[in-house]
Amino acid sequence: MANIRDLRRRIKSIKNTQQITKAMKAVSAAKMRRAQDAVVAARPYAKRLMDVLGRVGSATRGVKHPLLEVREPKNVVYVVITADRGLCGGFNSNVIRKAALEMKNHPDAGLVCIGRKARDFFRKRGYNIVQQYVGLGENVNAAQAREIGEFIIQKYSSGEFDAVYVVYSEFVNVMVQKPVMVKLLPAEPPQAEAGDANKLVDYIYEPSAEEVMGALLPKYVINTVFQGILESKAGEHSARMSAMDNATKNASDMISKLTLTMNRIRQDAITKEISEIVGGAAALE
Amino acid sequence: MAEKTQRLEVVTPEKKLFSEDVRFVVVPGVVGELGILPDHVALMSGLKVGVMRVQQEGKTFKMSINGGFVEVRNSRVTVLADSAERSDQIDRARAEAAKARAEQRLAAKSADIDVLRAEMALQRALNRLKVLQ
Repeated sequence: MANIRDLRRRIKSIKNTQQITKAMKAVSAAKMRRAQDAVVAARPYAKRLMDVLGRVGSATRGVKHPLLEVREPKNVVYVVITADRGLCGGFNSNVIRKAALEMKNHPDAGLVCIGRKARDFFRKRGYNIVQQYVGLGENVNAAQAREIGEFIIQKYSSGEFDAVYVVYSEFVNVMVQKPVMVKLLPAEPPQAEAGDANKLVDYIYEPSAEEVMGALLPKYVINTVFQGILESKAGEHSARMSAMDNATKNASDMISKLTLTMNRIRQDAITKEISEIVGGAAALE
Repeated sequence: MAEKTQRLEVVTPEKKLFSEDVRFVVVPGVVGELGILPDHVALMSGLKVGVMRVQQEGKTFKMSINGGFVEVRNSRVTVLADSAERSDQIDRARAEAAKARAEQRLAAKSADIDVLRAEMALQRALNRLKVLQ
């Protein structure tokens, strides 16, 4: 049976751990709020962009553009977005598992890793990492996303990539993050449904429909990447917050259990001592 | 009777910047400035780096636009800008510093700088300063 000193030491150490998890939870909660605001703030642009792309896309069917070109998918590339850090439950592994599962069909596919966790995982297993972006920081801005997006566009236009997918964690709500995969390239502009007169607008284009479409498509690629990063950030912080909340609760449970055991042992010892004294006194009489 | 207005929305990838009813907008289109009044015909145009002027009930203000798109439809003007600032949000000191930096880079003309990028930066900085005037 464990002795009192050992128990006391363990309780102390768990208390220390609990303090850390509690602090991490508070920090994540604050960061989550900010990341969540960023996702919400970015949604109007994404929505407008998709709306416009849909309307222009259906009005300019048949327009040729490097980003619309469908090729035989020989060089498939997966853009995997994870966090830079761990301690956030299954958040990173869920995304990585989804990506690895998709890649079973394309074992030699290229990878663009955004986030340290994805890079480390795939590098250790000898996957073909084409490009990596690590340590993007807490407040990802559109310029960083543009850099990544332009890299992908350039590779696709030059024919080095034949198809590009993005795997990231969608921020559904604070408790739920869903790993999703979306096809980025070749671009498939959302088509207006038949009878949806609202979507078929006869625009005046300046300078021309082709050029407008050609300028819209890169924006779509960049913004999809940006959106993925933002969602991922918000998801990371909320996943970490709930993981740390659980850890704190578990620590409380352990502390109360250990305290109970410790008190019981202590009481047993006292009882034993008393009975010894009483027994000794009785023997003297 | 109140004058006719149209809804102007300015959104950037990072946030929705502006959404109010306005009377008249001038945007820097790729083929030239476009003045848009209410009931304008449906239009889709690219935007270059430039100044957007907005007339609202009794006041006018300027915004700097760093490229993007404008869509006009049913008296709704949607500006999808790569980035944009209202004149009162521009930090003059920062813009001046950016201008100086870009000019320096262009003057140095060393091989390890991206000339195109420096030129774009200079253009943006000049544009911001122009809005402030």
